[in-house]
Amino acid sequence: MSLTDKLFILFGGISALLGIASVIGFMLSRKVTSENGRATVANLNARIKAWWVMVAIFAVSFALGRGVTVVLFALTSFYTLREFISLTPTRGADHLPLVAAFYVLLPLQYWLIWTDWYALFTILVPVYGFLLLPSLAALKGDAGEFLLRVSRIQWGLMLTVYCISHAPALLTLDLPGRPNEGFLLLFFLITVAQFSDVMQYVFGKLFGRTKVAPVVSPSKTLEGLVGGGLSAVAAGAGLWWITPFTPLAAAAMALAVVAMGFLGGLSLSAVKRSMGVKDWGTMISGHGGVLDRMDSLSFAAPVFFHLTRYFYT
Amino acid sequence: MIDLLLIGLTRFIVGGQAQWIGAVPDTRQRIYFANHASHLDTLLIWSALPRPLRGTTHPIAAADYWGRGKLRRHIALKVLNAVLVDRATQGPPGAALAPLRGVLAEGESLVLFPEGTRGNERLPGPFKSGLYWLSQEFPEVELIPTYLDNPSRAFPKGTFLPVPISCTVRFGAPLLRRAGEEKDAFLERARAAVGALASDTVP
Repeated sequence: MSLTDKLFILFGGISALLGIASVIGFMLSRKVTSENGRATVANLNARIKAWWVMVAIFAVSFALGRGVTVVLFALTSFYTLREFISLTPTRGADHLPLVAAFYVLLPLQYWLIWTDWYALFTILVPVYGFLLLPSLAALKGDAGEFLLRVSRIQWGLMLTVYCISHAPALLTLDLPGRPNEGFLLLFFLITVAQFSDVMQYVFGKLFGRTKVAPVVSPSKTLEGLVGGGLSAVAAGAGLWWITPFTPLAAAAMALAVVAMGFLGGLSLSAVKRSMGVKDWGTMISGHGGVLDRMDSLSFAAPVFFHLTRYFYT
Repeated sequence: MIDLLLIGLTRFIVGGQAQWIGAVPDTRQRIYFANHASHLDTLLIWSALPRPLRGTTHPIAAADYWGRGKLRRHIALKVLNAVLVDRATQGPPGAALAPLRGVLAEGESLVLFPEGTRGNERLPGPFKSGLYWLSQEFPEVELIPTYLDNPSRAFPKGTFLPVPISCTVRFGAPLLRRAGEEKDAFLERARAAVGALASDTVP
């Protein structure tokens, strides 16, 4: 089976799933009567609609190849960094570090993926960004809350640029005997991470009782975590045929993605809570901001990338 | 064409989402008066207005910034429909208002920054008296307090390049005129109306 055939089957499958979800959403919207239920179903349908758009964007970018996919993720980093910085208090003296973060480090990180310069890709933000940002901030001569300000920008950059860029970096991996199959790895990662989020939401709404982190993220429940996590691991195992993994290894990889995704969602909930907000933004209707959708992926991508690189290339 | 490009660029870098809190978009004659934090402000309010309102609403822009350079001047006059005002005008009080009166006399709307200069604070500084004189001369015009959230962070004074930080434009309820109100009391009330739209005070 060629790469194109596989991608056709995969996106066909996702469309079928979304089609079923849309039908269920429509039936629910005619059935519910209570005020509360109606709000939940309206939110559900907004989410499903947004999913159609997101899947379409991914399908098109995959079809147009590596360059467009890298640009798509660069834009994702751009919007998530914008959301992060918008909610983070910065002051005038942070302007220069922010210019460097948005207009130099972000494009450079994705350019390194494009040119396949792995060595610099792994150290650009954590080493050179780490050295550059405080230098630029210090040149401005404002020492007020210096460490805090510099840390916030560095943290945002690590999360939204460095971590997320590991997803498209899968396209640069040289899998023996599998040219260009990085797209399938990327599909595997995104599908497992997002399916886990969706199923945790569904299981949580249906059976959720025991809160796992009542302070940090009151909507996360044990039932949701177990049900959603197991569904995503099963989905990952079922996708073994598009990866270099055995079915068992695919399940293990999916488990790693689910675990990291859960921790990512939890950590970013804590960040949001500390800032006193519920969502990162309003860009994706029903979901909140782009970072609300990318939180699990940002934590899962580097781990999935390194596991695959270590064991399969 | 250039207007769509400009709106697209504004949305991409700073968002500029509009929130109509106490007023709805309407073609009736209005003066939008806003806090002033950056050179983005004119662009932000202009791109936050729905298309039918954009054609008949004229931002007041400083001639020493928006009038400089061919491209900037063209954008200010032809795309933003701005009225350029020379801030250094010397003369009898109220003389600088002449071009603003002209716009209002023709039945069109204005965007004003009554502080007269860019500030770095979250809440607006003292207002200059122009808004008062115009509100007296044109009693039928609706006065809409407008708050710009974040542009001072995205494009602080003294920098050359805006950074991507989401800004919001909030339009509040029309400021009602009170019979016999003194100039200073009116200006203070107008300033408070803008300040009341700052983020952490709005539900």
